[in-house]
Amino acid sequence: MTVKDLSLSYGERCLIKGAQADFSCGELVSLIGRNGSGKSTLLRVLAGLNDNYSGEIIVDGDSQLLRSPERARTIAFVNTSRIRIPNMRCADIVALGRSPYTNWIGKMQPEDERIVRESLATIGMADYAERTLDTMSDGECQRVMIARALAQDTPIILLDEPTSFLDLPNRYSLMQLLADLAHNSNKFIMLSTHELDIALQCSDRIALIDTPDLHVMDCESAANSISKIFGISLR
Amino acid sequence: MNRRSYILFAILALLIVVLLIADLAAGSVTMPMRDVVAALIGADCPDSTRSIVVDIRLVKAIVALLAGIALPISGLQMQTLFRNPLAGPYVLGVSSGASLAVALFILGAPFIGFGAGSFSSFGMAGAAWIGSALVLLFISAIGRRIKDIMVVLILGMMISSAISAIVQILQYLSADDALKSFVIWTMGSLGNVSMQQLPLFGAAVFVGVVLAIIAVKPLNLLLLGEEYALTMGLQVRRSRMIVFASTTLLAGTVTAFCGPIGFIGLALPHVARAIFATSNHRVLLPATALVGAATMLACDLISKSLTLPINAITALIGIPVVIWIVIKNRSITSM
Repeated sequence: MTVKDLSLSYGERCLIKGAQADFSCGELVSLIGRNGSGKSTLLRVLAGLNDNYSGEIIVDGDSQLLRSPERARTIAFVNTSRIRIPNMRCADIVALGRSPYTNWIGKMQPEDERIVRESLATIGMADYAERTLDTMSDGECQRVMIARALAQDTPIILLDEPTSFLDLPNRYSLMQLLADLAHNSNKFIMLSTHELDIALQCSDRIALIDTPDLHVMDCESAANSISKIFGISLR
Repeated sequence: MNRRSYILFAILALLIVVLLIADLAAGSVTMPMRDVVAALIGADCPDSTRSIVVDIRLVKAIVALLAGIALPISGLQMQTLFRNPLAGPYVLGVSSGASLAVALFILGAPFIGFGAGSFSSFGMAGAAWIGSALVLLFISAIGRRIKDIMVVLILGMMISSAISAIVQILQYLSADDALKSFVIWTMGSLGNVSMQQLPLFGAAVFVGVVLAIIAVKPLNLLLLGEEYALTMGLQVRRSRMIVFASTTLLAGTVTAFCGPIGFIGLALPHVARAIFATSNHRVLLPATALVGAATMLACDLISKSLTLPINAITALIGIPVVIWIVIKNRSITSM
C-alpha cells in the first residue's frame, strides 16, 4: 500500500497534508497521534470508507481499488463500535467475514466453514464458536471482530483502537497476536492506539501524526519524536 | 440452518394448516367440518357451503395469511436497517403515510371525477405505496444524520400524530359518502378485499417477499452497521433501495387493502427471534413469515368469534410483546 501526496481534513480543519508513505506485507504498523489528530479519519480513508481526500492511495498497484466493492477481498477493517447482537453466535459473526466470497444468499461452503474455524482458533476463541455475543465480555467481543477480519482473508487489516476496551494483559497479548499474524501470515496490519509503550514494543514501525505531517519511522526514532511531540519523556 | 430450525418450521407449517381450516370453519354460519373440507377440495357439498367457504372465508383467510407474512417481514427489515428493535411499519409512521395517501385518494377522488366508493383498487394501492415510501425516505434521511435510535422513534411517532391530525381535517371537510368509506377503512379489516382485488394484493406481496429474499445477505451484513457492511463489500446504497422497495410494497399494500393494522409488524420478528434463537436472516425471514401467518390467522379467528375489529386484537397481542422487549433490554439506546 502506497500513499502519495495524501491530504485530508475533517470539516474545515486540515488534518494531514502531503503525506507520503509506503507500507508492505509482513509488518505491523501502529498509528499514533493526539486526540483529534485524525487517526480514525486516516484509517477510514485507507479502508475506503471515506473518499473525501486528495492525493493517491495505491493498493496492490491499483489506485482505484479503494473506490470499488472489490476492496473487500484486499482490506479488512475493525472499528470501535461495540457489537452486541442477542442470539448471534460467534461463528455466525465470523462467517459474515466470508461474505465477499459467498453467493447472493450467503451460502457457506465447507471451505468457508473451515476458514471460520481456523480464524477463531488463531485468535484463541475456538471454544467460543457456539456462544452468543450478549454473553461475552468486551475483550472477547473485540477478539471475535478480529477473527471476522481474519476470515475475510485479506492481505491488509486495519484496526481502529483495538485495545481500547481491554485490560493491560489483554492489550499486550492482542498486540503480540497481531504482530505474529503480520509476520507469520505475511499481512500488512495497521492499528491506531494510545498505548505508546505497547506500540513501541510490539510494532515494526510507527506512523506518527504530527499535524499536519505523517511520519513513518522505526520504533527507535519514534521514541525520540514522541517525547518531542507529546512533551513527555519515555524510558 | 440446523435440525431444530427444520423441526420448528414443520411445527409452524402444521399450525398454520390447522388454523387455516379452523378459520374457514368459524363464522356467523356454523357448518360441519366435513362440508368445509369437502368444499375446499371440490368434493360434493351444499352449494351454500361452497360459496361461503370458498368465496368469502377462503378469500379472507388468504388475505390474513398474506398480511401476516407481509407486515412482520417489513418490520424485520426495518429493525435491521435502522438497527432499532422497536422499528416497525406502524411505529415509524409508514402505515400512517400510507393512510394519508389513501385518505387523500378516497376523500379526494370524488373531486377529480371518480364517484365515491367506485375508486379503483389499483389507485388505492398506488397511493399507499407512495405515502409509505415518502415517510420511509424521510425517516431514513434523518436517521442517517442522527444516529440516535430514540430520535428516529420519536420522529416516527410525531409523523403518525401529524398525519392523523391532517386526516381528521380532511374528514371534517369531506362529503358524507367518502367519509363513510374512509372511516370503515381506518378500522382495519381483512374482509374488504374482493376476489377481484386478490391477484393485485397477492402479486404485490409476492414481489415484496422476493425482494426481501434478495436482501437476506445484505441484511445480515447490516446487522454489524453500515461501516462494517461496506468494508465487507456490500453495495450499501443498492441494498437500501431493495429493502425500501420491499418494505414499501409489503407495508403499503397491506395498509391499502386492510387499513392500518398495528403492532404485528413490530412484535412478530421478535417472537421469531426468540423461538429460533438466531439473528441470521436466512432463518429469520421464513421464520417471521410463518409466525406472522399463524398469528394473523389466529387474530382473524378471535376477531370473528368475538366480532371485534382486527386492529384491537393485533394491538392486544402485539403490545405485550413490545413491553417484553423493552423490559428485557432495559435501555433502548444501548441495544
